[in-house]
Amino acid sequence: MASVETDPRRDGAGAAGLLAALLALLMRLVDWPMQALQRLIGERRMAYVFILPNLAFFSLFVFLPLVINFVFSVTGGAGLFPSERPYVGAQQYAYLFDCGSFLDPSSCREDHFWRGVANTARFTVFQVTAMVLFSLLTAVVLNMKIRARGFFRAVYFFPVLLSPVVVALTWKWILQRDGLLNAAITSLGGERILFLVDPSWAMFWIVFVSIWAHMGFYTLILLAGLQAIPADLYEAAEMDATPRWRVFWRITLPLLWPNMIVVIVLALIRGVQTFDEVFVLTGGGPGTATLMIVHYIYETAFANQVQNFGLAAAASVVLGVVLFALTLAQLAASRRKGAA
Amino acid sequence: MQRKHWISAFAATAGLAIGLMATSAFAQTTVRIAWYSDGNEGEVVSDLLKRFEAQNKDIKVVLDQVPFKAITENLPVQLASGQGPDIARVVDLGGIARYALDMRPYLKDAAYWEKNFGPFLPWMRPEGDSSAITGFMTQLTVTGPFVNKTLFEQAGVALPGAKATWEEWGKAAKEVAAKVKAPFPVAMDRSGHRFFSVAISEGAKVFDDKGEPAVIDDGFRRGAKLIYDWHRDGTMAKELWGSVSGTAYRGANDEFKNAQVVMYQSGSWQIAQFDKTVGDAFDWIAVPSPCGAGGCSPMPGGAGLVAIKTTKSPEAVAKVMDYLASEPVLSEFYARSLFVPGHLGIAAKGLDYKGATPQGKAALKVFSDQVAQISPAAYKLQGYVNNRVIFNAVISRLGQAISGEGTLDEAYKRIESDIAQQIAERKK
Repeated sequence: MASVETDPRRDGAGAAGLLAALLALLMRLVDWPMQALQRLIGERRMAYVFILPNLAFFSLFVFLPLVINFVFSVTGGAGLFPSERPYVGAQQYAYLFDCGSFLDPSSCREDHFWRGVANTARFTVFQVTAMVLFSLLTAVVLNMKIRARGFFRAVYFFPVLLSPVVVALTWKWILQRDGLLNAAITSLGGERILFLVDPSWAMFWIVFVSIWAHMGFYTLILLAGLQAIPADLYEAAEMDATPRWRVFWRITLPLLWPNMIVVIVLALIRGVQTFDEVFVLTGGGPGTATLMIVHYIYETAFANQVQNFGLAAAASVVLGVVLFALTLAQLAASRRKGAA
Repeated sequence: MQRKHWISAFAATAGLAIGLMATSAFAQTTVRIAWYSDGNEGEVVSDLLKRFEAQNKDIKVVLDQVPFKAITENLPVQLASGQGPDIARVVDLGGIARYALDMRPYLKDAAYWEKNFGPFLPWMRPEGDSSAITGFMTQLTVTGPFVNKTLFEQAGVALPGAKATWEEWGKAAKEVAAKVKAPFPVAMDRSGHRFFSVAISEGAKVFDDKGEPAVIDDGFRRGAKLIYDWHRDGTMAKELWGSVSGTAYRGANDEFKNAQVVMYQSGSWQIAQFDKTVGDAFDWIAVPSPCGAGGCSPMPGGAGLVAIKTTKSPEAVAKVMDYLASEPVLSEFYARSLFVPGHLGIAAKGLDYKGATPQGKAALKVFSDQVAQISPAAYKLQGYVNNRVIFNAVISRLGQAISGEGTLDEAYKRIESDIAQQIAERKK
């Protein structure tokens, strides 16, 4: 019996041809109503038709909640639906901003909000400064021709892939009274330290854990920036016998600056939004030493018996304004980078 | 021709069968229960509900076992939006009461409910309502201390007597901890119920003559100062009250099970898990609530199973509730879950906790006997519709003072203003 042999290349070409024909048919089907629509509304307005589906999606899930949040912030009571909530004007904002001195949270009527603001500001300043410095240092080292460079790049990026809750729980087990760190300290003859009960230690560790968890992401951005710097600049500097520190200050840092701006702004935005890791690691404590603004909003809206959606929404609007300002800064920085 | 008949007959039979199946499926009413568990009660109720379904083919009961946090934080939002379950097991009885269904028109015998659940029914009624029947207590909890007797024996310190004061217990526990190097002489759950068991024993009244909250009085101050001082002198470690912020709950179950705690002020719901997990690792006992200037009252509390008024099937819901609240079923539930009964008839007859160890049985007896010691102020606070507002304000502000953020006097002022602000918000 003779076997029937087929040419796979011919089969592949046949399938591709069929697919192309189907696509062409589909395009023709779509083309006709689109042509008609274009004749009706004009070529310029067709752009809006194309962005309409995305805009509708965005409106439903971003703009509408924003508007609802604002409506809640000017209402009071414990009702869930806006129709059940009395209009109170700017009362919630006035309550939030009723302070003897904004530098002393205990003089404020809603002191927890201002403690959250102060803690978030302190956390963001320390975390962003340390994060940018460590990320830069790591990126510079990982950009050198060192042994097992690929391995180290993966190692530094790995924590970014972990869930914030996993990160926080892991560190909690390390830092608690009978945790790994205290076991090491006591085995070396030292005194046990209650890291999560002392306010200064608690703030230090949330900054540390946050840097450990997110540094890989920012290192990656800076590494990409470093790799984009033309090698001939370094070669020229080497020929001139320029010292290494001078090469870093005069070549690397200026050319990396646009990436640095992006890293700083992204880290700032994330710092202001911090919640999950801190919530699991310290629960905002001890006292309110690590209570962040997002934690305050969550607690006010959901954890209290009278779920104060109005006050939480007003605090969210204040937070939103801060984030909007930071986003504008990021946009400006990105534009400057594009122009450069 | 014959083949055609076969096909017709087969089609008719299949159609009839599908029709019957569809009819029976559509006739079945589904009742959803949102349930959280401290111990094995989820398994027990699931078992009991299977029996109910076998007896009532027209009702399907779906038991959604959820975390405790889902009950305290998500359920109120669900209920406010009208999307909740048909029945829920809740602890914030006053807060949920406005969403509760008055089951009287649907119950088989409302008088049975009045007779056996009478003292607890007001806890589950909406404000201003004095007659609705909305649910029953799946467990009556009583706060009280668990003591690691083995540590006392190892330290050679005598256990304080039945009428010992909080101070005497604190002193003894500290002495034991120092001798056996236990890190937690006294531990107390970070919870309003636990704090008020101390404060009411110290004479706190909580309400004024008109029944309005007047939380800060001399008794409250004595209780708060005791807890505050215990944190300063090392009788209590800061890990529970001083380590987190706001209203977060913290318990010391794991520390107690690991024999790190000499005396653990918690409550009757812990018995089942201690009975199971401690085993014979050490001797643990429950002791009567310590005394103060105002008496020796524990705080009552517990979880209630409440029918929700947005249900589309109130008759089916009442049928499920009637079954679960019936004396034989509820007796089995309490006995297998090792709970103090919230049913007067069962409590009077007594329960045989067959699954419990001698230690567990003894602890259950101590807590059951403590019910008689509960003061009117404690009952009133438990029945107050906004009691969690009070509990949360106290936990949050006292926690701040303990961790070093401000003085006790500042905490008292904040507690009063927090309570006033939240109650005013609710009344808007």
